[in-house]
Amino acid sequence: MSEHDKDIDTETGVETTGHEWDGIKELNNPLPRWWLWTFYLCILWGVWYVIAYPAWPMIKGATEGYLGYSTRANVEADINAFNDKNADLRAALTEVDLTKLEEDEALSRFAVAGGAAVFRTNCSQCHGSGAAGAKGYPNLLDDDWLWGGTIEEIAYTINHGIRNEIDPDARWTEMPAFGEILEKDQISQVVQHVISLSSTEFDTAMAAEGAVIFDEQCSACHAVDGAGDRAIGAPNLTDAIWLYGGDEQTLTETITYSRFGVMPPWGPRLSQSDVNAVAAYVHQLGGGE
Amino acid sequence: MLNYFKLAALGIIVLLAAMASNFARDLAYQVHAILIMLVASGMFIWVLRGTDEPHAQVDSNGYMDNVVRAGVIATGFWGVVGFLVGVIIAFQLAFPVLNLEWAQPYANFGRLRPLHTSAVIFAFGGNALIMSSFYVVQRTSGSRLWGGNLAWFVFWGYNLFIVLAATGYLLGSTQSKEYAEPEWYIDIWLTIVWVAYLVVFLGTIFKRKERHIYVANWFYLAFIVTVAMLHIVNNLSIPVSIWGSKSVQVFSGVQDAMTQWWYGHNAVGFFLTAGFLGMMYYFVPKQAGRPVFSYKLSIIHFWALIFLYIWAGPHHLHYTALPDWAATLGMVFSIILWMPSWGGMINGLMTLQGAWDKLRTDPIIRMMVTSLAFYGMSTFEGPMMSIRAVNSLSHYTDWTIGHVHSGALGWNGMITFGALYFLTPRLWGRAKMYSMSAINWHFWLATTGIVLYASSMWVSGIMEGLMWREVDAQGFLVNSFADTVSAKYPMLVVRGLGGVLYLTGAIIMVWNMWMTIRGGEKVTAPVGVATV
Repeated sequence: MSEHDKDIDTETGVETTGHEWDGIKELNNPLPRWWLWTFYLCILWGVWYVIAYPAWPMIKGATEGYLGYSTRANVEADINAFNDKNADLRAALTEVDLTKLEEDEALSRFAVAGGAAVFRTNCSQCHGSGAAGAKGYPNLLDDDWLWGGTIEEIAYTINHGIRNEIDPDARWTEMPAFGEILEKDQISQVVQHVISLSSTEFDTAMAAEGAVIFDEQCSACHAVDGAGDRAIGAPNLTDAIWLYGGDEQTLTETITYSRFGVMPPWGPRLSQSDVNAVAAYVHQLGGGE
Repeated sequence: MLNYFKLAALGIIVLLAAMASNFARDLAYQVHAILIMLVASGMFIWVLRGTDEPHAQVDSNGYMDNVVRAGVIATGFWGVVGFLVGVIIAFQLAFPVLNLEWAQPYANFGRLRPLHTSAVIFAFGGNALIMSSFYVVQRTSGSRLWGGNLAWFVFWGYNLFIVLAATGYLLGSTQSKEYAEPEWYIDIWLTIVWVAYLVVFLGTIFKRKERHIYVANWFYLAFIVTVAMLHIVNNLSIPVSIWGSKSVQVFSGVQDAMTQWWYGHNAVGFFLTAGFLGMMYYFVPKQAGRPVFSYKLSIIHFWALIFLYIWAGPHHLHYTALPDWAATLGMVFSIILWMPSWGGMINGLMTLQGAWDKLRTDPIIRMMVTSLAFYGMSTFEGPMMSIRAVNSLSHYTDWTIGHVHSGALGWNGMITFGALYFLTPRLWGRAKMYSMSAINWHFWLATTGIVLYASSMWVSGIMEGLMWREVDAQGFLVNSFADTVSAKYPMLVVRGLGGVLYLTGAIIMVWNMWMTIRGGEKVTAPVGVATV
């Protein structure tokens, strides 16, 4: 298109490029100044940034940048800062005789705060972020303990776990699957007896039969009165607190097939001070002995 | 003669698919083999019945619009499907019981989520891009689509890819790469279809009657070429067996992660940005009836965008095993990308110079302007989130989900709705859409939905990020992960409601399209190819 034959857009008075596609024309507006300058500024900033920060890959490694920035070094510095700050308390917590922890108020506070954090990260997935447990995962807020509720017993459980193959010192007992030992109606009778230990809603005749079987088969672990035995992790059956459920169907299932709740050993994964901390945290939740 | 080759080829496919379904090692593969067998047998019969029959003369002077019409319908259909699945998974997150126990494992969040992302990005977005590019390249080149029925192969082949991908996800076949979940044989099929698409598009450009290539076509071409490259490299994998769907990636560890996010980010960059800018560059000036604001800006921002986008992927991997220098690369290019991205917004918005009054009267142009506004917002938010310090707060939180949805619902959705409202009356020869007030309703429902979605996800994401990093004076973590999940509940419900509004708007649109297509007098004869 020659110079004297300009196509001017009437609305804006701006010249078009002279092309047209399906009725669409293009104006010959210049680049908006602010746009161009912001673009230049971004590029200039980019040039500075790649000098200041790690950026250019070389044969071995990359340029480090004059600010010496490194995500790994930064996070390590953050962690070290807290570690240094807490070093004395942490050392004390590693060494501490747990039964005397409460006497040292500052250390005790540190242990509970740290234990809460360890709990949220590692324990809450099963025991709940409020430690109230769930079906199959004990509630840690009450005073019903399977293996003992003193701070040392709790620390042992955390260290070695329960029924795991990893730690030879894990707490370990196994209830037999009575489906292979008793007849179905015998199991029903035992169920009624077990219900009778903590409830008034049960079949008296069956429970009487069940009491005899309970005496023969169950009392060795759960005790004659059903109060259980913490030394072997046999639950107390008289307190109406149930790990899997105390209704007829669940009890029948428990007795027939048994249960096998597992807890991993945390000793190998946590530091000793963390184990002590989380033991202190769980101990002070409400049921600690 | 060609028909005999077709028959032989289809016969072989039926036979191979039957064998594959017999030897199949997993359910997804078996279902797909049967599906392919059925499709190929159907086509065999169809070709056989058409052999030696006189066939209708194609008017080679006319535009090839039937395939565009089919694309318009597919876009509307997949849009509603994709949004519906999105609403379902949004509520699954708020109310986990909706992961329906009886429908396991098919209807759990893990399988429906890729169904949602693929349905909206590839089914809805992909069909919108393919059909609009076919429409636009014909109009702006003044020539009919090159390659005869190859365009139909692209349309049906692409939609077969979508069906295979979607059913694969539900049946548990995935290579676990975000936005690239389909397994190896589906990837191979898509490669074939995509090359055919490139050939049709390029063929049409080559025989154009206009001297220059219109800017919309640069963007479409960049989208097609780059997506082919991204797709092939990111899907390099070795099948465990040719009779099974499982494959193993060629890259491993952080190399695999980097390849994935080089792909993932450029799926955003070239599929959802460049491709849709192609749409914008045609439909906005057409609907506004105004020239494009600046030719210079379109050149500069096109090349800057194309050059810069491809480097920005590493910002998805801040604070991971990826070395710092690579993360720097991604961040710097993302920031410099800010202005080139905004070039498209400026060019679109300023095209309305002299036609701003249409915002009041024309709900379609309002939709397009809103889409440009969301485009501008999310292309600012993106570079901001790529900054390491911001990313350390935003990464892995709902903020990211909010960001992609303000882009996807706002920019991609709204510009596509605008294009559909532009195309439907023209393709079916109607004066205008059946109901203008329904478009208005759609606009407000969609806009309110996006605002609810984006704002609830900002609140939720920033809260989540702050809760995750919160430590007390001694450096101990304050919140458990489950605490952050339960704290998000109200925002997750609001997000779901935003989705319901957006879905409702889309259903109104589909109804409106349906009424437009079936009702009313024809007003114009189909348009012939320009004879410049």
